Order: sequence, then structure tokens, then C-alpha cells
Amino acid sequence: MRPSRREFLIGSAGIGMASALPASATPAMLEEAIRNVIGEANLQTGKITLEVPPLVENGNTVPVTIIVDSPMSEAEHVKAIHVFNEKNPQPHVISITLGPRAGKARIATRIKLADTQRIVGIAEMSDGSFWTGEASVIVTIAACVEDVK
Amino acid sequence: MARTLINVPTTAKRGDVIEIKTLISHPMESGYRVGTNGTMIPRDIIRQFVCTYNGEDVFRAELSPAIAANPFISFFTVATESGTITFEWRGDNGFAASETAPITVE
Repeated sequence: MRPSRREFLIGSAGIGMASALPASATPAMLEEAIRNVIGEANLQTGKITLEVPPLVENGNTVPVTIIVDSPMSEAEHVKAIHVFNEKNPQPHVISITLGPRAGKARIATRIKLADTQRIVGIAEMSDGSFWTGEASVIVTIAACVEDVK
Repeated sequence: MARTLINVPTTAKRGDVIEIKTLISHPMESGYRVGTNGTMIPRDIIRQFVCTYNGEDVFRAELSPAIAANPFISFFTVATESGTITFEWRGDNGFAASETAPITVE
């Protein structure tokens, strides 16, 4: 639903006072959030897959499955998985710590999406390399920012 | 105490990779919504989820407001020995919940 001018002004004033953050993250914030996690490391594309329905009706619960291609052995495993989004108020979604005890790097959860956007996954391997993969989702009813009536 | 729903196989063969599914009732209030009186609803979310297998950490997740209400997390682990799998959730306003599930490994 499109907020009225009054609702929008009330909402933006509240956000301004609370944290001075914009109502939605920007691609620059996404980039910064990713850099905070991986530092100066080189980001390679591949190995990580995000399974998300391409079109979701309700952004309040979007099922996401994260799969990383790894043998998950003592010598070669996934250490961590991070998921970010582009347009929610905060770019961070979830950070997962794994080890060889996981057996299989496949995680499922449900997330909120404020808008039609890109979701980015980052996998940190035991050899110190970082891999990235992304998925695009079309959201018809947004989450997070709608008001309580 | 928040209601939880845990799905762990009761028996498994040694070395099997088993799937664990967890669900906990929690509003996951993002802190970005405006309430009826025009003020922001304060954030109330689960920040951390930890799974330990006989005391050893096997899975850990740091959650953000972007996780949907009633957080559902499913993951895999290797069935190494019989014992107890413990699940712990921690969050804002001192929220804490824990649950255990027994497993028999043959």
C-alpha cells in the first residue's frame, strides 16, 4: 500500500530521529556490508546457490534455501555463510557458522523482503576464499515497513 | 516460554547426514514499523541460534530483523554418536529459549 503524505512524513521523521538511516538500504550499503564481512578478500562467483521462488506474493515470509558446493571434510569445508539483501532497511539477513560436522552445506530459512530485489549470498571456505551467488525476487506485497493499523 | 517445534530423526546410522528442522514462535518485530499512535514499534527479535551435539557446537546463526516471524531454520549435521542435541535461541529483551532432542545412533 502506498502511504499517504502524512503517514510518510511521520514515518520518515521517526526514522530520522532514531538512527538517521534511510528507509531502505542502497546498493552502496549492500557493498559496504559485504566488505565489512569479507574485508579486502577477493570475491569469486560460483559454488553458492540461493534457491528462492522467482515471484512471491507475500514478502513477510519468503522461503530461501542456501546450498554451497563443498565436500564438507576436515580439510575442505564451508566456514561461514552470509546472506544480504539490497532494499530492506538493513542489508544483513543472516550469518551462519558451519564446520565439517555439518556434513552438507544446505540451509533453509524464511526471510522478509521489503521490495522486489536481489539477494546475495557469500560463502567463506576453510581455505580462506570467498564465493558469491545471487538470486532475484519479485515481491508483490512488501514486508517490514508496512504500518500497524 | 516460546513454543518450539523440532524435527530430528530419533535413530540414525553412524556417519549419516541428518536433517534438522527447527521452528520457534516469536514476533521478530523489525523495529522499522510505525504503530497506531505514530511512534516506531521497538525492535524485538531473536539475535542468535545455536545448536550443540553432545556439547559440541555444530551450527550457529546470527539473525537480523530480515528473518521472518516465527523463525524457521533447517540444516544438516553428521550423526556421530547417541546423545542429546540441544537448541538455544537468544534475543532482545532477555529472550532465551532452549530445547533438546534425543538421538540414538546405531
